[in-house]
Amino acid sequence: MASRMIHAIYNDDDILMQAVKQTREARYHIEEVYTPFPVHGLDKVMGLAPTRIAITSFMYGLVGLSVAIVMMNFIMIKDWPQDIGGKPSFSYIENMPAFVPIMFELTVFFAAHLMVITFYMRSKLWPFKKAENPDVRTTDDHFLMAVDAGHEDVEKLSKFLYDTGALEISLIENDEDH
Amino acid sequence: MYTLPSKLKLFAIIFMVIGALGMGIGFITAPSTTEEVKEMMAAHGDGHGGGHETTHESENASHDVAAGAHEGTHGETAHDNEDAHYEHTLHQMQNRPWSALYIASFFFFMIALGTLAFYAIQYAAQAGWSPVLFRVMEGITAYLPVASVIIFVLLLLSVFHVNHIFHWMDTDLVNPDSPKYDSIIAGKSGYLNGPFFLIRAAIFLIGWNLYRYFSRRNSLADDTAEDSRYFKKNFKMSAGFLVFFIVTESMMSWDWIMSFDPHWFSTLFGWYVFAGMMVCAITVIAMVTIVLKSQGYLEYVNDSHIHDLAKFMFGFSIFWTYLWFSQFMLIWYSNIPEEVTYFVTRIEDYKLPFFGMLAMNFIFPVLLLMNSDYKRVNWFVVMTGIVILLGHYIDVFNMVMPATVGTSWFIGIPEIGSLLFFFGLFVLVVFTALTKAPLLAKHNPFVKESKHFHY
Repeated sequence: MASRMIHAIYNDDDILMQAVKQTREARYHIEEVYTPFPVHGLDKVMGLAPTRIAITSFMYGLVGLSVAIVMMNFIMIKDWPQDIGGKPSFSYIENMPAFVPIMFELTVFFAAHLMVITFYMRSKLWPFKKAENPDVRTTDDHFLMAVDAGHEDVEKLSKFLYDTGALEISLIENDEDH
Repeated sequence: MYTLPSKLKLFAIIFMVIGALGMGIGFITAPSTTEEVKEMMAAHGDGHGGGHETTHESENASHDVAAGAHEGTHGETAHDNEDAHYEHTLHQMQNRPWSALYIASFFFFMIALGTLAFYAIQYAAQAGWSPVLFRVMEGITAYLPVASVIIFVLLLLSVFHVNHIFHWMDTDLVNPDSPKYDSIIAGKSGYLNGPFFLIRAAIFLIGWNLYRYFSRRNSLADDTAEDSRYFKKNFKMSAGFLVFFIVTESMMSWDWIMSFDPHWFSTLFGWYVFAGMMVCAITVIAMVTIVLKSQGYLEYVNDSHIHDLAKFMFGFSIFWTYLWFSQFMLIWYSNIPEEVTYFVTRIEDYKLPFFGMLAMNFIFPVLLLMNSDYKRVNWFVVMTGIVILLGHYIDVFNMVMPATVGTSWFIGIPEIGSLLFFFGLFVLVVFTALTKAPLLAKHNPFVKESKHFHY
């Protein structure tokens, strides 16, 4: 499927924010915005849905807590309830204070690591991934807004983007399959 | 300017009157002789029919455990006969209204003191979000001088033996010729003695009140100042105060709370009391802010400020739990008899308040305030705040009551009466103080940032 895209390059994050706002008001579709650093409030201006990663983290934490409880209940209480230094291993609750440090750490461990892995998977990041960088300057000091030009009048769109303060405007024709 | 609604004044005064009545009933109904104790216990036994015998047995058993643990405290023969047992119960029952009064007055005192510490931290850290809340905090700390006088009077009454809630103040305990001589307490008498105790209390209270007085004065002077002179003064003073505070707060908690159990000691106790104090203070700041905001007085306070306060409530609740658990687990784990009695008595005799407060102070705020959106919902913050405050009242209750009234505890008229009285007094003093100055510290160098604070 062939696709046409306009890449507009900006060199200031405030101008970029304004441009994103205007582009959305003019009902052009923004495919992606590339920035060298997090621009505060950009996601709100772009109208991106809030992340749900904190919710996944909470659930992973509950998994970790359950793992810790089930593991130590089996090992210390059910499987071999030995008398170790007089600690009461008759039931889980009686010896619970001794297990709390492990319960806490496993909760944090699961919540943190599984959340990070979730982040990598959702963002499609892995060690040998091919970088999807349209312009090397966007990792240094330039901002790039990619606007879908598939069904738009390219001349008009270019003029519009020029008026939003873009330094460079280029039309990208892409014939590759995505 | 805030004007005190007459309804609020009436509301506070009604609370104080009802509370004072409750306290009065508590003092009147406290038995003065062992005969009355016998009558009360007999009436109690009739009410419960056959169950009396067994509960009595188990009470005796737990007393023996406590007596054994406290060694010389109650004398070795204290529980050998019925009369000694009745006398023991008599002392507990006589202590109850005093303890209830002490707990409630300390609870509201620590809210004011915690707010003062939080206020000093905001100055010292040059926080950019909080200056719009400074006048609210100053209003809450206005209760500090009142509370200081009440606390000091209560300590004076204890030192002059009007009540016996501080066991170590009994002079027989440090007299080697007395049958009640307690070598452990006598060994600590270099620190725990009446005059030194009062001198320390005076130093703490004067120090805190001086900071409160001058910081408030500078804050008001700053409103009309041409330069940042008063802000700089407050900045330096708050840094100094925080150093003074952390030392004196720790000693205060040994003196005013830990010395109820003079045989027991714990090194992180000062921090533990501090954490509870901070949670309560921040909760009260949030609640007063929400009340004033809902009445349309705090123009520049927005959801983000409430969000930040709720984050502090959440964070300090966890910090409190961390310290509670660190203290509990280390003592439970090593199980050294002289330390563990503290928790043995609490778990045996105070099971519901002891574990109930853990649910109120930890599980409840953690689950309710974890969600970022909930922290911006005012009624959610208020509801959680009420549970946190009640939980920390029970926390103070658990620290004081087991040492003073032992098994004769109950949350009844004296406790609720004292709580209502001090609640009314607190509301009256705080909201009256809020009328004394504009609710925005307008010349503060960070106030503009604070007005536009957004999270």
